[in-house]
Amino acid sequence: MSQPLLEASDLNMRFGGLVAVDNVALRVHSDEIISIIGPNGAGKTTVFNCLTGFYKPTAGTIRFKGEDIAGLPGHKISRKGIVRTFQHVRLFKDMTVLENLLVAQHRHMNTSLLAGLFNTPGFRRSEAMALDKAMQWLERVNLLDMANRNAGNLAYGQQRRLEIARCMVTRPDLLMLDEPAAGLNPKETEELDNLICELRDHHKVSVLLIEHDMQLVMGISDRIYVINQGRPLASGTPESVQNHPDVIKAYLGET
Amino acid sequence: MKTRFFNAIAATFVLLLLTSMLLGLTLESNGTELVIQVAEGTRLSWIISGAVIVFLFQFFRNEISQGWQNTRSSMGNAVPTSISEKVKTTSQLSGLKTTALCFLVAGLMIWPFFASRGSVDLATLTLIYIMLGLGLNIVVGLAGLLDLGYVGFYAVGAYSYALLNMYFGIDFWTGLLAGGLLAAFFGFILGFPVLRLRGDYLAIVTLGFGEIIRILLNNLTDLTGGPNGISQIPKPDLFGLEFSRRAKEEGNVPFHEFFGIDYSSGYKVIFLYLVALLLVIATVFVINRLLRMPIGRAWEALREDDIACQSLGLNKTAVKLSAFTIGAAFAGFAGTFFAARQGFISPESFTFIESAIILAIVVLGGMGSQIGTVLAAIIMTLLPEFAREFNEYRMLMFGLMMVFMMGWRPQGLLPMKRPHIEVERKPQGVVSMQSDNLTTSGNQLVREV
Ligand SMILES: Nc1ncnc2c1ncn2[C@@H]1O[C@H](COP(=O)(O)OP(=O)(O)OP(=O)(O)O)[C@@H](O)[C@H]1O
Ligand SMILES: [Mg+2]
Repeated sequence: MSQPLLEASDLNMRFGGLVAVDNVALRVHSDEIISIIGPNGAGKTTVFNCLTGFYKPTAGTIRFKGEDIAGLPGHKISRKGIVRTFQHVRLFKDMTVLENLLVAQHRHMNTSLLAGLFNTPGFRRSEAMALDKAMQWLERVNLLDMANRNAGNLAYGQQRRLEIARCMVTRPDLLMLDEPAAGLNPKETEELDNLICELRDHHKVSVLLIEHDMQLVMGISDRIYVINQGRPLASGTPESVQNHPDVIKAYLGET
Repeated sequence: MKTRFFNAIAATFVLLLLTSMLLGLTLESNGTELVIQVAEGTRLSWIISGAVIVFLFQFFRNEISQGWQNTRSSMGNAVPTSISEKVKTTSQLSGLKTTALCFLVAGLMIWPFFASRGSVDLATLTLIYIMLGLGLNIVVGLAGLLDLGYVGFYAVGAYSYALLNMYFGIDFWTGLLAGGLLAAFFGFILGFPVLRLRGDYLAIVTLGFGEIIRILLNNLTDLTGGPNGISQIPKPDLFGLEFSRRAKEEGNVPFHEFFGIDYSSGYKVIFLYLVALLLVIATVFVINRLLRMPIGRAWEALREDDIACQSLGLNKTAVKLSAFTIGAAFAGFAGTFFAARQGFISPESFTFIESAIILAIVVLGGMGSQIGTVLAAIIMTLLPEFAREFNEYRMLMFGLMMVFMMGWRPQGLLPMKRPHIEVERKPQGVVSMQSDNLTTSGNQLVREV
């Protein structure tokens, strides 16, 4: 098999005496949808925070495209092609939907001070291209009519979609979604399902997903990692994970 | 059609107003008196033909710019996307606003010729505070970094010019550049270690830096003259023309001799005012551009949610540092001008209370709001002048006003309205999108409001 896009091994994260992540390993290949599941407080979000540079892992290696990224600051990791959403929506609420998407393209734009001050053709071209890209994604997530609204005024489901669009305009290789279906109605969940598949199939993005909605997870994932109390419990295809005795035990709440 | 005609007429009127004042009238000395005379015929005909050209250009502006665009796109280097072309055409819609602004600027330029010397001088001071307020507004209002040591950069600007002039004899305009750059450099150096701090901690550290700069200036007696300050700092010149009675430098001609008019110290005051006005206009222009640039949006985004910014690849420290540096540069410009206007500076002028006044201007005006800042700067400089009798109670009044404001309008006089990029869609517009090769068909309009 070719080199994995993302490979984490022996990942450890301690908060004082609490071991939130204990020797977790995971692998994501190109064009894969991988899910991480586990009971509440299992350490899934903490894994995300370690992978994206919000926490510096206590131990372990993280390789992205073969390069060691463990301990790099968040913005550097993001620039390498990993973007994430958050368990609680984090939009720029007082900025418009469109502006949210422009901010996300910051590093792809002409940020030269002089070019901007004198509004040079090169600067205008870069702004126009960013606008176009933003419009395309707004169209895709069906928010075109909301472009001029403040992001904070959108309905919850719309905010969730905007977050994904905002990630996508940064042109990532790996998209990490933290419980994107939480709080969505069945129809919206179905749309999310389609969107995620489309991202993999047509936009060449791998997706790493944390989700509690088992129907969504089982239907969409190429592989699944199960974490319980910070420790890896099982991993494999949806079928194998579903029938794994330890997983059943953990989810039925046995000790 | 009608608005076009109106715009053209308005532009022509402004031109006539300005040129007739500046070129059409000449001051001539008749014995001991100054006599205003209408210029000779050739000059008048130049003014008239200039007016005709401006009128025609304004009236046929759309055609001209369209022709220009056509030639450009036929040359094959046109902006590739559909939206961008719409941006240009629709941004011209704000013509009426532009006209109003032109009138305002023209009025402000003509005003000192009719006002008393004292009020022009006061207006100049107000303009300095406007510039300081606008600069600090970038740091506090836009980027959300509470900076209590802003006056330090003001001092850096002032002392840069004063010292460079004293030791190397540079003139005001070079000094302006040097003052701005040096202040920006100080902003960068000081900002680098402290911008990791948040809120109150940042405020206290910047407060300390402001004081350190002042105390340094006070104690480096050999270099800066210490508490005695630096005097005889030259005023700005106009392309080498000085505004003093006698030229200070060899070979220089004073302004009044060059134009063959009598010496009047009033010219100097008016010229200082005009320079300050120019600086303020430049500041407003730059800040308005910044707001429409990626960096301006990044400041706003960072103020709202720095964690999300980080996850999108924005370098928090770099974005904050840019606000801090640019803000400091404006303080540097203001400081240079201040030094030139006063002719004398000492560490006295750069105490914490100045920082507090500038911050009060920003808060009073409404954080982030430019018009609010201008208004607040006017209030804060004029009020003490009108309340001279209560001079001892000035700080008390100042404090009461802030308390009152926080209770009555915590958002400031004129809360910020940011320029938004807006997109308009025609209702029948069909936007096509293929998943791999994304393209929009061009029926969006983008406008800035
Ligand atoms: N910054 C922190 N400091 C201390 N403890 C933390 C910190 N972040 C997470 N934890 C702890 O780590 C454990 C794992 O939390 P985490 O948020 O990763 O769980 P999760 O799997 O995402 O749960 P959920 O499904 O509820 O989102 C919890 O016990 C939590 O209290
Ligand atoms: Mg979580």
